[in-house]
Amino acid sequence: MTLWIIARVTFLEAARRKILWTALLAAAAFLALFATGMHYQVRDAHFTRVPQVLRYQILSSILQIGFYAIDLLAVLMTVLTSVDTISGEIASSTIHAIATKPIRRSHLLLGKWLGFAAMIAVYVALVFSGVFSVGYFIAGVRSHGALEGASLIYLECLVVLTATFLFGTLFSTLTNGVVVLGMHGLAFIGGWLEQIGTVTQSDRLITLGILSSIIMPSESLWRRASYVMQSTTARSLDLSPFATRSAPSGIMIFYAAVYLLVALCAALHHFRNRDL
Amino acid sequence: MLLGLVKPSSGHAKILDQPFSSVAVRRKIGFLPEDFRFYDWLTASELLTLHGRLSGLTPAQLRDRVPAFLDLVGLMAHRERRLRGFSKGMMQRIGLAQALIHEPELVFLDEPTSGLDPMGRRLVRDIIRDQRKRGATVFLNSHLLSEVEITCDSVVFIKQGEVIGSRDLHGAPDGEIHVHIRAQNLRQEILSGLAQWTTSAQLTGEILILSTSSMDTLPEILRFLVSSGADVFEFTPRRLSLEESFLKIMGEDQGL
Repeated sequence: MTLWIIARVTFLEAARRKILWTALLAAAAFLALFATGMHYQVRDAHFTRVPQVLRYQILSSILQIGFYAIDLLAVLMTVLTSVDTISGEIASSTIHAIATKPIRRSHLLLGKWLGFAAMIAVYVALVFSGVFSVGYFIAGVRSHGALEGASLIYLECLVVLTATFLFGTLFSTLTNGVVVLGMHGLAFIGGWLEQIGTVTQSDRLITLGILSSIIMPSESLWRRASYVMQSTTARSLDLSPFATRSAPSGIMIFYAAVYLLVALCAALHHFRNRDL
Repeated sequence: MLLGLVKPSSGHAKILDQPFSSVAVRRKIGFLPEDFRFYDWLTASELLTLHGRLSGLTPAQLRDRVPAFLDLVGLMAHRERRLRGFSKGMMQRIGLAQALIHEPELVFLDEPTSGLDPMGRRLVRDIIRDQRKRGATVFLNSHLLSEVEITCDSVVFIKQGEVIGSRDLHGAPDGEIHVHIRAQNLRQEILSGLAQWTTSAQLTGEILILSTSSMDTLPEILRFLVSSGADVFEFTPRRLSLEESFLKIMGEDQGL
């Protein structure tokens, strides 16, 4: 019961403090730009000499760039909105009035996690639908495996959210933000190294990429999402720098889910045992 | 630590006959922290509803108690206003309401009158008295000793985490008593004779200030002075104020 009260108040906080609305406004600005770009690409490009199949794949690749952008926005929104929720409330003593109520600390943390998870679900659903709609209605391109892709992007956000919660129980807000974004940056670079390694057939680069995914599996989830949303033709054509040449396997998805659970358990453990 | 905010390094404790780590026991406890912050995006009414729900009140109870407690702390007119716009005094009032809304058996109030104007301080005193009448025990933690003296039944002095003294403020008189005496012919042998009842004696001109541990000794001291030939013009016993007790027990200010 208390868990749901905290989840509800956390979600309400996001709405009331305009965090969610500001993030959605930023996403809407991006979608407007993306839709305009897609519109002119469709209208102005000299496609007359381009075969229909290639034209479709080019637009599909642009759509992929859109998904990449909202993935980045979703991860940033996840970190920026949740980075302060544990460490900030401890530092400001706001947590004292709540934690002294008849509520288990685990329920307090899980309630907050669920509140943010719900808010991020709304955000990802809206912005993903926005990009999907731009592709479908303006360019006539339908993304393959959209639902699976959206689910993977959401899982990526949950992994980042859980890491933010874990480090929020250990560090100050600023340190937490630096650590989580730093880890995501590491995963991002590692993902590129792995892709370059695949093209240049460098085992060392691929190993570095896999290692970075083990440290932080967020980027590998995006690459899997990108992979499942591309058609086979688009993958083989490599039209976009954001096309995925080396897709993480199902084992990596399983690893990310386990990573999330372990990080959540560690966050609960630290939060239960620390002074507030 | 009793409220579960700080983990003990060792040992155990009970509160209301239950282990202090018990979550259930906190239904019977109210707490107003000193460094008092709340979700400032909530309205006063929403805040009380949230804290009431967390404390286990039913929706029906909340419907009655939220307006009643807003009224109690004088914030009824501001019930739909967000806390972001509240002054320090208003925050103290809403904080007091959230600590009491579930009618706890035990209430911890940490500096509840800091930031309040005289009217607000009086309101807090009245509320604490009402809690006492209701049968609740109120722990008032304060450095405003005049407030403590007016409000509390007993006081405990704590220094560096250890109880170093206590005093009953409304029970039978005890503790050190100062006696202010104006007299003439106070010879040295008289002063020496007083030592059997007093812990200290300081003579300045005609003014003698004695310290004694019990009111029972006062008639004997007065009889001794008169029978020894001293001319007594004034004999006024005075108990130590709480502030004097505090300074005496705590000793020198060590900048702590």
